[in-house]
Amino acid sequence: MLTGAAALADTPERVVSVSDAPQRVVSVSDAPQRVVSVNLCTDQLAMLVAAPGQLVSVTPLAANPRTSAMADAAAGLPVNHARAEEIYLLNPDLVLAGRFTDRATIDMLRRLDIRVEEFSPAYALSDVAARLTQMGAVLGQQARAAELVDGFNADLAMLAGPVGNRPQAALYYANGYTSGDASLAGQILSAAGFDNVATGMGYGAIGALPLEVLAMAAPDVVITGNPYPGASRAEAVMDHPVVHALKRGRVSGTITDRNWVCGTPFVLRAVEDLVALRHAVEAGR
Amino acid sequence: MTRLMLLLSLAVAGLFTLSLLVGPASIAPLDSLAGLLGGGEGPVAMVMREIRLPRALLAAMIGASLGLSGAAMQGYLRNPLAEPGLIGVSGSAALGAVIAIQSGLSAGFALGLPLMALAGALGGVLLVLALAGPRGGSITLILAGIAISAMAGALTQLVLNLSQNPFAVNEIVFWMMGSLADRSMTHLWLALPFTVIGWALLASLGRGLDALTLGEDAAEAMGIRLSRLRLTLIFGTACVVGAGTAVAGAIGFVGLVVPHLLRPWVGAQPSRLLWASALGGAAMLLAADLAVRVILPERDLKLGVLTALVGAPLFLHLIYKTRREMP
Amino acid sequence: MTLLSLRDLSVTLRDRPVFSGVTLEIGAGELVGLIGPNGAGKTTLMRAALGLLGHAGQSSLATLDPRARARAVAWMPQAREIAWPVTVEALVTLGRTPHRARRLTDADHRAVTRAIDWMGLSDMRRRTATRLSGGEQARALIARALAQDTPLVMADEPIAGLDPAHQIATMETFAGLARAGRSVLVSLHDLGLAARHCSRLILLGQGRVMADGPPGEVLTPALVAEVFGITAYQAETEHGRIFQPLEVLE
Repeated sequence: MLTGAAALADTPERVVSVSDAPQRVVSVSDAPQRVVSVNLCTDQLAMLVAAPGQLVSVTPLAANPRTSAMADAAAGLPVNHARAEEIYLLNPDLVLAGRFTDRATIDMLRRLDIRVEEFSPAYALSDVAARLTQMGAVLGQQARAAELVDGFNADLAMLAGPVGNRPQAALYYANGYTSGDASLAGQILSAAGFDNVATGMGYGAIGALPLEVLAMAAPDVVITGNPYPGASRAEAVMDHPVVHALKRGRVSGTITDRNWVCGTPFVLRAVEDLVALRHAVEAGR
Repeated sequence: MTRLMLLLSLAVAGLFTLSLLVGPASIAPLDSLAGLLGGGEGPVAMVMREIRLPRALLAAMIGASLGLSGAAMQGYLRNPLAEPGLIGVSGSAALGAVIAIQSGLSAGFALGLPLMALAGALGGVLLVLALAGPRGGSITLILAGIAISAMAGALTQLVLNLSQNPFAVNEIVFWMMGSLADRSMTHLWLALPFTVIGWALLASLGRGLDALTLGEDAAEAMGIRLSRLRLTLIFGTACVVGAGTAVAGAIGFVGLVVPHLLRPWVGAQPSRLLWASALGGAAMLLAADLAVRVILPERDLKLGVLTALVGAPLFLHLIYKTRREMP
Repeated sequence: MTLLSLRDLSVTLRDRPVFSGVTLEIGAGELVGLIGPNGAGKTTLMRAALGLLGHAGQSSLATLDPRARARAVAWMPQAREIAWPVTVEALVTLGRTPHRARRLTDADHRAVTRAIDWMGLSDMRRRTATRLSGGEQARALIARALAQDTPLVMADEPIAGLDPAHQIATMETFAGLARAGRSVLVSLHDLGLAARHCSRLILLGQGRVMADGPPGEVLTPALVAEVFGITAYQAETEHGRIFQPLEVLE
């Protein structure tokens, strides 16, 4: 069993074990003391890296088990809705934002003399280590970040061994979108030993995959998004008779958003799930 | 007249065939026809039967509905600006559909979707007719349309915003602009019964609409039962617009452009304009749906964008022409 | 033969009685002028007689079912509405609505041609009705009513807004119909034309029928003064009856 840097395994049967309880590390005096995160991914990175008490607020998405791999850890923290006014009232000395957080909010916070650090989304598995390191630097928790990076790299190397026979797979999300290799999801798929049909068609990052192109490609596995409660037309396409026909009599996968959306070590759980899926495909042949 | 019918039928047949042959997956024409007509379970057959066929059928069906209901409403109100999309009937239908989907009604009861859209459309038609009065003056008609569209759009957005589903929030575009992307045979079967009933109702209006050329009083004195005509029009329009909007969203301007273009070809007679507009509407929507796939194949360009690009300038032209009658 | 029979007809609009107790009959071969000041209820009377308006009392036309009524009377509303640019022929053919089956029969075509010829519109058959002059449109609409081929024609101010030649021609057309055994009930404001062309006048005023009879008996100086508030010059001349309003009474 891999232990990673954080030795606290949450589920014994998991190969990948990342602690979602913050480490008790004594904070450095010049490190920020009141950190507010306004983005789901920075929420989780910060919860992994920050010292106890250092992070004072996260977004509601971080506490939602659908979208967050660290919902339990977030449950104890006050939430914010990424609005300048409520953030200001939390009196932070650092705000963690995503690259695509509303510009107006970030500019307003900076005008109010609050330090804002922006984090780009992860487009590759290698970005996970980079974001952890960046988070360690801005929070003054370099040692903790380095431990997490080492653990992540070790686990990834373990999971992503060479695969002889790579099945064809397609990712298919709401609105008929797919991802090629220049995206985190595409890299998760590759790392798990699948060939991504979208990459073969020239898709780099995310792009719309016409349903009929998917049908013609007829991949071994279709991995679809997991519909949210409440209905949406965007997700209805995953219920199209053609998608059902592609899945019929075969193994199919589901994307669990909490492990796929953000570039955190939890993406290894997604890789792990897909490796299991690949074994099921091979067993079915 | 028969020549016009032949021409329009040929256009519909041609565009329908083309619609079956054009798509992001490059399939040779003969292969695609073989996949459609022959047996087999391969990917080609699946693409043809489950993706392209329902799409082409829905485009023809909904286009015909929009053309027909536009011609019928214009005939009744004696106003060339009347059109289900512009006067808020489609928007109201979309509201009904969104409520059916978001309340979970359509998940438990499939017909709940078209029925709720029908109810929404019914509310829209009744409101418009109540506001615009028997002879739909242009100003009141347009103002009523703006008000009803705005209200229906706002309520639709509100319902979508209240949804727990994160994707739902952005779907106002689909409901306001319409699209046939990735619809399936299921959608066709949902919409077809109501559409056929609506077609039958609207097609029966020909003689009454002709007589209305002389005004309500003269028509009634010529033996036309106006109250029955009005009810038939209201239910017919609600059926076709409701069913179409439930599966494809609100597609505007088809009911405006088609009757306007075809009116000179049928001697301006409302009865002959009905069937001509049905065929013309089918041709226009098939063409628009082809265009969205040819112009921007990788993006989900909405049908209403194209129909509005053609229709909105014509709408302006018509307003300019009819401004004399405005107070 | 009675073509229209009203018994004690009354109409109340928005709690205001428009007229009450109207009783009259119209037989064959009459050109009846319905006269009265603005607001006397001429249009209301005709619409109530047709059954297009709620009323008390009885009208022989209002009790018919719509299609039978449409074969008994043709109605020309005051608004000369032609909503769409149809041809004159198509417009006139609308008059066949109460008669026709799914397809037009030879009888329908004959009736349309007869009506078009009667109104002298043969040359304009294929012209677009909405592009005709006001007078020509009025003639086309009369032709439409004639094509309906009914024993009675009711027309609401058919000569309003027409030039003198068209006014006279229209009245002569109606007189011609009366000579041919049909009857016409026409409301009008021009008392001179009414006196000259109508065989009978019905004077509506003060909520009732004030007089009903030949023009000479209805247009008495006293009634004209009482109902219209004017004085008039009247004479029976070699050119027919002359009625010329003169002054408004204080």
